[in-house]
Amino acid sequence: MKASVEWLSEYSDINVDTQELGDILTMTGSKVETIEQRGKDIKNVVVGKIVEVTKHPDAEKLVITKVDVGNKILQIVTAAPNIKIGMKDIIVPVALDGSELPGGKKINTSKLRGVESQGMMCGMEELDIDPAEYPDKEVNGIFILDDKYAKNIGENIVDVLNLREDIIDFEITPNRPDCLSIEGLGRETAVSLNKPFKNPRGNLDKLNVPDKSEIEGLKVDIEAPDLCHRYVARVLKDVKIGPSPEWMVRRLKACGVRSINNIVDITNYVMLELGEPLHAFDINSIEGKHITVRRAKNGEEITTLDEQKRVLNENNLVIADSKKPVAIAGVMGGLNSEIEDNTKTVVFEAANFYGGSIRKTSKQLGLRTESSARFEKGLSPENALRAANRAVELAEQIGAGKAVEGKIDVYPTKQKINKIKLDVDRINRLLGTNISKQEMIDILEKLEIKVENDVAIAPYFRMDLEFVADLAEEVGRFYGYDKLATTLVNAETTIGLRNKEQNIQKRMQEILVDSGFSEIYTYGFVSEKDLEKSKIDKKIVDTAIEIKNPLSDEYKLMRPSTIPSMLQTLALNNNRKNDSAKLFDLSKNYQNNNGQIEQGEVPLQEEILTLGAYCEGMDFYVLKGIIENILEAIHINHYDIEKEEENGSYHPGRCANLKIGKDIITTFGEVHPEVLLNYDINKRVYLAELNITKLAKYSRVSKKYVEVPKFPAVERDIAIIVDESTEVGKIEKIITKNSKKWLEKLTLFDIYRNEKLGENKKSVAYSMVFRDKNKTLSDEEINAIMEKIITNLQKELGAELRK
Amino acid sequence: MEEQIKNIQTESISKISQCKDEKELNDLKVKYLGKKGELTSVLRGMGKLSPEERPHIGSLVNQVRDELENLISEKEKEFTRKELEEKLKKENIDVTEPSKKTSLGSLHPITQIINEVEDIFLGMGYKIADGPEVEKAIYNFDKLNTPPDHPARDLQDTFYVTDDIVLRSQTSPVQARVMEEQKPPIKIICPGAVYRSDSIDATHSPVFHQVEGLVVDKNIAMSDLKGTLEMFAKKCLGENTKIRFRPHHFPFTEPSAEADVSCFVCGGKGCKVCKGEGWIELLGCGMVHPKVLQNCGIDPEIYSGFAFGFGVERIAMAKFGIDDMRLLFENDVRFLKQF
Repeated sequence: MKASVEWLSEYSDINVDTQELGDILTMTGSKVETIEQRGKDIKNVVVGKIVEVTKHPDAEKLVITKVDVGNKILQIVTAAPNIKIGMKDIIVPVALDGSELPGGKKINTSKLRGVESQGMMCGMEELDIDPAEYPDKEVNGIFILDDKYAKNIGENIVDVLNLREDIIDFEITPNRPDCLSIEGLGRETAVSLNKPFKNPRGNLDKLNVPDKSEIEGLKVDIEAPDLCHRYVARVLKDVKIGPSPEWMVRRLKACGVRSINNIVDITNYVMLELGEPLHAFDINSIEGKHITVRRAKNGEEITTLDEQKRVLNENNLVIADSKKPVAIAGVMGGLNSEIEDNTKTVVFEAANFYGGSIRKTSKQLGLRTESSARFEKGLSPENALRAANRAVELAEQIGAGKAVEGKIDVYPTKQKINKIKLDVDRINRLLGTNISKQEMIDILEKLEIKVENDVAIAPYFRMDLEFVADLAEEVGRFYGYDKLATTLVNAETTIGLRNKEQNIQKRMQEILVDSGFSEIYTYGFVSEKDLEKSKIDKKIVDTAIEIKNPLSDEYKLMRPSTIPSMLQTLALNNNRKNDSAKLFDLSKNYQNNNGQIEQGEVPLQEEILTLGAYCEGMDFYVLKGIIENILEAIHINHYDIEKEEENGSYHPGRCANLKIGKDIITTFGEVHPEVLLNYDINKRVYLAELNITKLAKYSRVSKKYVEVPKFPAVERDIAIIVDESTEVGKIEKIITKNSKKWLEKLTLFDIYRNEKLGENKKSVAYSMVFRDKNKTLSDEEINAIMEKIITNLQKELGAELRK
Repeated sequence: MEEQIKNIQTESISKISQCKDEKELNDLKVKYLGKKGELTSVLRGMGKLSPEERPHIGSLVNQVRDELENLISEKEKEFTRKELEEKLKKENIDVTEPSKKTSLGSLHPITQIINEVEDIFLGMGYKIADGPEVEKAIYNFDKLNTPPDHPARDLQDTFYVTDDIVLRSQTSPVQARVMEEQKPPIKIICPGAVYRSDSIDATHSPVFHQVEGLVVDKNIAMSDLKGTLEMFAKKCLGENTKIRFRPHHFPFTEPSAEADVSCFVCGGKGCKVCKGEGWIELLGCGMVHPKVLQNCGIDPEIYSGFAFGFGVERIAMAKFGIDDMRLLFENDVRFLKQF
């Protein structure tokens, strides 16, 4: 909401400069977005009169002028196309030697093609003047002023043309629609500056306009009292459509509203002044002279003032005559009832609509207007009558027409006035203050909140005040938030803790950073195409959650898998010629895997650690080692690693699942070459997904001291020849199973391939450490175990002992 | 015989003293002290001596042997020392050659800020709470005093999955969930991703991160909120940081405020980061609205509370001097490695 300081000063004395005013209002809750100070930078520019224009000796496009600036005659050279040889007695703005113009431009005496120029004559643009204010003036060239300014020669142009205007743009929070008006901001200004509120529109509260059921044949009915709380109509006859007076145009402009004609300008002016949107229409465009406020019929059409055809439905409220809608209530008028140049009788409508309905209609039609932006916040119906009366008053004042006596006022649901107990103690406890009751009452009464018998009565324009907390805010902001003490919570001691999952994540971050991985942050969005590119399993793709109003197709789904985000990031780095990337992402996947969305429940959202890397020295086993380190660090020591050949994102020969029981907790391996091709990556890429939500379930810290062994260990080596396809994991399982509880350590130290071993054969060598914690193991005992191991390896795997 | 011993003594001492290496020393040791060595031979010939001569000669031989043994031992030590010296010399390295360290990775700047914030509040006794990102509208809006027709639903353009399920537009729904599940005293912060329908540019992103804080107990006052946030600002942004409260409006708090901090880049003098104002808008906050407490099953007549929330990216950008928000989500390793 823009407000000029000049207009605000009608409501309160303003004894501070505009910057300070902005600071003060910001601190009482009307936050200043910007301050515009027009004409402030103009210095030493005066009204002058050209007395002579002659040819420049050396330049065809330049002329030499003699300009009277009051105390002397200056010689000024100009190239302006509208200053011609022989002209005289022309009034112009003159920037003197040493003057300043908007934007910090300085004007000094200089030479133009050898001829001295003692200043500059100005165009509109140079003085920051909007050409719309002077529609009959030449935009290009020098701004030639009306002859009436001949009496002002030598005077400051800023004063003469009234160029100085300070405009403050406020951010108004949605709870304060009353401040979407100069009156509301004026009240805040007065209280903030601790000055009396001058209440220049106070007369409106005392008017007594008689009620009529019919004026000039016009009748009004409200068919939807739930959506229209009040409808006031006043009529103006003998209307003369024409331009508005300069002061009105100027104030409208300061608030960012363009002048149209006197009647339309009045509606806008009253809306800015009082915060109540008005609508004006030609009485003769109302068929049957009967206005009905009703829900639109499904499919009903209206062409609005912006010449767009709108199709309505029963959720939209319309102002209709006996045949058709003439306006979309609170949003925009219809073209069919527009004020025309020959309009003779005007109806001013000041109504009150249910905000929620206006908001929905405005959204549905994609049509947000100054009017709908106010109504949707919920306005006071009491203000409607004031606004209608003010419009008529203004119209008579500027000679736009003559008021017809009486008003039509249909007001089915009276505004409820909120009464709140003034609980001084509670307010002080809430604020942490010690403000006296009298001090509170003083603040509230300045805001026109009356206090009677310890009950605060909210004025009609403050519908936001409902609870004692609301009173606390009013007291607090004028007592001064800056005066609130700074205390620390004085209550029962609580202990700050991270939960298990959070601790696991922290530990993972530490290990990964130590292992050279950098953390990334990715969006939770994914596109169908990305899921396809990453070859995500159809069963998972089917759980993706679709956003109704996505930013674009790229961001249409919530990702059911974190793989595409990681691959995209790796692809970006590869594409930018970063020769290595080791990345991790702690984020979520989102799966509607059980119809949750349809039942209005939140879907599955699991915390996933995604690793992705391409770099020298990285391979399947390095990745496996990192994952095993992470598991060890979070106290998970028992798990199985099994080959995974079906996961489409991974290389079928180089992918594994890590399982606890039947639960797959981690999948990792090399990315499928086809997927890499889809992402245009020409390197081997390694990927892992660790399900943190599941890991947390299995992570159990149980640290217990185990006695350091007293008895010696026995070491044995074994080398066996098996088929190439035999997984060493199987060999290890057999060794472990047949070692009683004596096997302390099993280390694979060599895998050897040689044609002498036979085709598709490999030799696998292990060193084993055996120990019994209660005795020294004898050779016989160990030999028996070795025998058993070898026999079972032979039996189960067809292994052959290598000698 | 005595003369013979003296000769051996003179000869051996001279030879041992001049000996050049360990092998030669060893040979000399054998030659004089070995089983068949010269001195041993003398001892063996003692039987031929008269009993009167024996003690004298015997002690002389022992004396010479001790002398030689000491000398040899000295010499041995000398050789070991020399050998070590040579070894050390040979093993000399250039300490300025490059190291063999494996390079460290890095935590994302957003995580670094969140960690810092978490540590400060953990120290003040807050727990860290978490909640769903794909959230029920009722938690994102309704319970937070933002019913369907509430104009505040216009403040932020929300991503909808259905009419009832949204991508949370703030971390506040976690507050509502915690208040429903837990009895006061409640002291939590909840960091996390939030979603708003903003197109991507240098200062906007449809996904960003917030940290929300909530305290509910008996007699919680706005001055506590101010004190807590001042403490936080000083710890997070520097001891000289000042904080100011401006009245504001949020549907879920009343009274509400926006808190500005003195610019931690220029110290309040005015710079590019604070747009010359000396203050940076840090967060929104206020006293939990009585309706919100009530909606979550907490009696507003008995309990009061405060809540605050801020955007992590903005702090990260200001603190690290990052001028384009897109860098945070692009994840170029050359960017990541700087943190």
